[in-house]
Amino acid sequence: MIPPIPLWVEIPVALLLALSGVFTLVAAIGIVRFRTFFQRMHPPALAFSFSAWCVTLASILYFSVQDGALSLHAWLIIIFLSLTVPVTTILLSRTELFRRRNSGDPDMPPPLSACVSPSADESSPTPR
Amino acid sequence: MSPLLFSAIVFAMGCYITAMALALLRLVRGPSAQDRVLAMDLICTIAMLILMVLAIRYRSAMYFEAALLVSIFGFVSSAAMAKFLLRGEVIE
Repeated sequence: MIPPIPLWVEIPVALLLALSGVFTLVAAIGIVRFRTFFQRMHPPALAFSFSAWCVTLASILYFSVQDGALSLHAWLIIIFLSLTVPVTTILLSRTELFRRRNSGDPDMPPPLSACVSPSADESSPTPR
Repeated sequence: MSPLLFSAIVFAMGCYITAMALALLRLVRGPSAQDRVLAMDLICTIAMLILMVLAIRYRSAMYFEAALLVSIFGFVSSAAMAKFLLRGEVIE
């Protein structure tokens, strides 16, 4: 027999779940409506951070009260997500920059190695 | 399960399904390959969120392992596809 969950736990859990749903919906609307790729990279961060945090906190609260002990295994997901999402984001933004530079887009900034001329590199005093 | 929590779960599920459909629209329509990879990453994350809400709905901690697996596969596939688009090879 599972003991019933008290109401003071269900209210924050329900609020956190509804909040995460709203954040995810905003992220999806943003990814459809924004115009360029660099703008479109931003709204999924809402789903990656806010929604995942809300659901994780809700499940930690709910399962802690249900088991009668602190159950922290949902932290694993949020730790993993916070480690992997920046890697994917950096790779995707580098990909967009690389492919649009290759297609000759004038809006893209030039690579850093082209800004530093080799003659200036030689005349500059080398350390040590 | 009280009606309050049940209605919150149904609302969150509806939001997730709508968000997934919108991300799928971007995945189908996306002008470049990067857009599709980004939309696929978002879809994987939403699937992970759905599994975590299902864990609360059915009061079972087994769903967390599934959520972790979906998250890991989403990261590996997105990183591999982004690396392929960037360099032409996945492992150099």
